Amino acid sequence: MGKFAAWAGYLVVLLGLPQLFDSVLAITIFNQMAIAIVFALSYNMLLGQGGMLSFGHAVYFGLGGFMAVHALVMIEFETVYFSITLIPLVGGLIGLIAAVFVGSFSTHKAGTVFAMISLGIGELMAASSLIFVSFFGGEAGVSADRTFGPPFFGIEFFQDVEIYYLSAGWVFVATAFMYLFTQTPAGRMANAVRDNPERAEFIGYSARRVRFISFCTSGFFAGVAGGLFALNYEFITEENLNAVTSGRVLLMAYIGGLGYFIGPIIGAVVLTLMNSLLSNYTELWMLYLGMMFVLTVLFLPRGFAGFIMMHQTAWLRGKLSSLFLPYLITGMPAIIFGGSILAAIEMLHHEGEPFGFLFINLDSGNTLHWLALTAFAAASYYACRRSLGQLNAAWEEANRVGDPTEGGPG
Amino acid sequence: MLEVFVFSTLNGLVTGLLLFMLASGLTLIFSMMGVLNFAHASFYMLGAYFAYSISLKLGFWAGLLIAPLLVGAFGALVERYALRRVHAHGHVAELVFTFGLAFLVEEAVQFFWGADTKNYQSPDLLNFPLFTLFGQEFSAYRGFMITISVGIFLALYYMLTRSRIGIIIQAAITHPHTVANLGHNVPLIFMAVFGVGTALAGVAGVIAGPVLTTFPGMAVVLGSIVFVIVVIGGLGSLGGAFVASLMIGLLQSYAIASNLGMPDLLNWLGLEFSRDHPLNDLWTLTLPQIAPVLPFLLLVLVLIFRPTGLAGKREE
Repeated sequence: MGKFAAWAGYLVVLLGLPQLFDSVLAITIFNQMAIAIVFALSYNMLLGQGGMLSFGHAVYFGLGGFMAVHALVMIEFETVYFSITLIPLVGGLIGLIAAVFVGSFSTHKAGTVFAMISLGIGELMAASSLIFVSFFGGEAGVSADRTFGPPFFGIEFFQDVEIYYLSAGWVFVATAFMYLFTQTPAGRMANAVRDNPERAEFIGYSARRVRFISFCTSGFFAGVAGGLFALNYEFITEENLNAVTSGRVLLMAYIGGLGYFIGPIIGAVVLTLMNSLLSNYTELWMLYLGMMFVLTVLFLPRGFAGFIMMHQTAWLRGKLSSLFLPYLITGMPAIIFGGSILAAIEMLHHEGEPFGFLFINLDSGNTLHWLALTAFAAASYYACRRSLGQLNAAWEEANRVGDPTEGGPG
Repeated sequence: MLEVFVFSTLNGLVTGLLLFMLASGLTLIFSMMGVLNFAHASFYMLGAYFAYSISLKLGFWAGLLIAPLLVGAFGALVERYALRRVHAHGHVAELVFTFGLAFLVEEAVQFFWGADTKNYQSPDLLNFPLFTLFGQEFSAYRGFMITISVGIFLALYYMLTRSRIGIIIQAAITHPHTVANLGHNVPLIFMAVFGVGTALAGVAGVIAGPVLTTFPGMAVVLGSIVFVIVVIGGLGSLGGAFVASLMIGLLQSYAIASNLGMPDLLNWLGLEFSRDHPLNDLWTLTLPQIAPVLPFLLLVLVLIFRPTGLAGKREE
């Protein structure tokens, strides 16, 4: 019942978002999120569930997207006749075909060998996309127009919000199928092979075959994401299948949290928001993104989703509220400390000119500002370190198993 | 024809030896920690940028001395305070961390030095033609690059196989617990090896900066190629990395210098296609065009047919 509620809630959020925020910017961001969610989930199928670290996942996304744009062009010139609502399926099929081909030799081993093959294939495809101009369109890419297809119940997809509803439908279906995949024997065995390929082989499963199935499914959904990209932007360039895109999806899945189904969704939402909103406020957002990524790997190895799930025990025991105050006492100085570091970085960046940071005006030429900033940073760092012990104690208390007052078994 | 051959061989050697300087550190770190350091080329880039900043104040030679030390120190700090921490979460986390570090270093370099290309120059002392062959000059700086690289290879090889420190390092790689029981500080050895490996990358950056231009994308350009070399050479093998570096350097240099391509092959086969053929791009492909891709093609082929590389050991 809880699961049903979660899925219903997911659908309501997906469909309700454009009702709450209906500006052009919001719809653009929602569309980007939709693409990112499917792409990141498909990546998690490889790395989180299958244990295969890929540095070339954009290949399937990009190939799917390119074929989808070509399919749109074909619809426009009436070479083929079908509704553009099915375009993501075209992308998915191409992603699947590419994955079947590559997977036939790359899934032999997981680990470094797989990672290196994926890197090699990624670079090969990125380079080929610049050589084969007639299909990939060189640096300019290829473009199409989505509005020439047969109308879908009277909708001709002139507007982004119409595409959003289409994307939302696809996102929901794709998410549901990817979740169902984790529940199939193939999905369960993918976890087994990830954790211990030798044992999986002993109970009669070919580790290679299990990896191959995960890999192909993942390629299919990456292609679906590529198809959604094609529908949304109506053009695609070689940038969408090179190493930068492959790196970005790794970032999303990792920051969100590998190993949790919901993790990549969180990662996709957070990174898309940072991408579109933060870039309005600062030129340094890529630097901050890198810092966030490195800090996440260092301190939250299971990502945001992992951080949330850490509190499951405390919540089940009804002790989550006891953590609130310690979190506040440690969190406030931590936020102030982070804020002063960011302010210092911005001051270095805006050398010689005053600028607004949050609600304060800062000037890197002003020694007083530097002094105040240093004092803030030092004080908040000290406060944070001081209160860390208290937080740890509260954490231990909230998570202690076999609390004598509860009378449960030790 | 001969002059093209001689010059592409020389250029290939320069590139190959430069690549080896990066690959040697990377392969050493791999055999030690079992993880490929994605950020290795970032240390190379840092070497070039540090040396550039130092050369503005103190000249090229001071940069050659100080920059690698700075890079090595930074590398050691990264190992001590970050990699060791991530190590507890497994290999994937380590690989992902170095990937993130590479990303962060590129952004940080743009933050401190800007996105434009830096005018990092080779020293005046070496700005003369070393010799002239077939009317073309071979600059003394390139000769200097070859000398440094060969010198480093010899020193490293000697240190690892003949010296006491080298023997302890080799033992620490295969039997860390035994070495620790003998009273050696194994984590310190790891940190030192990481520092030296990254310092080597720094040296490569210092001497390559003036030739290959110093810009924020320089790490990305070489990064994946170095990976290719280490994998083709056989993970953890210094000799294999040496052979693979020269191979890749020469391969790329010959491919760029040659003017062969699909049209020649088609001529030879007696085939002809019209320009409107849908695969026109394929029929007009030339070797210089695909030169940058060749290492990756080689990588994929090696991984499929001989996953252990040229000189790698069989996986346990």
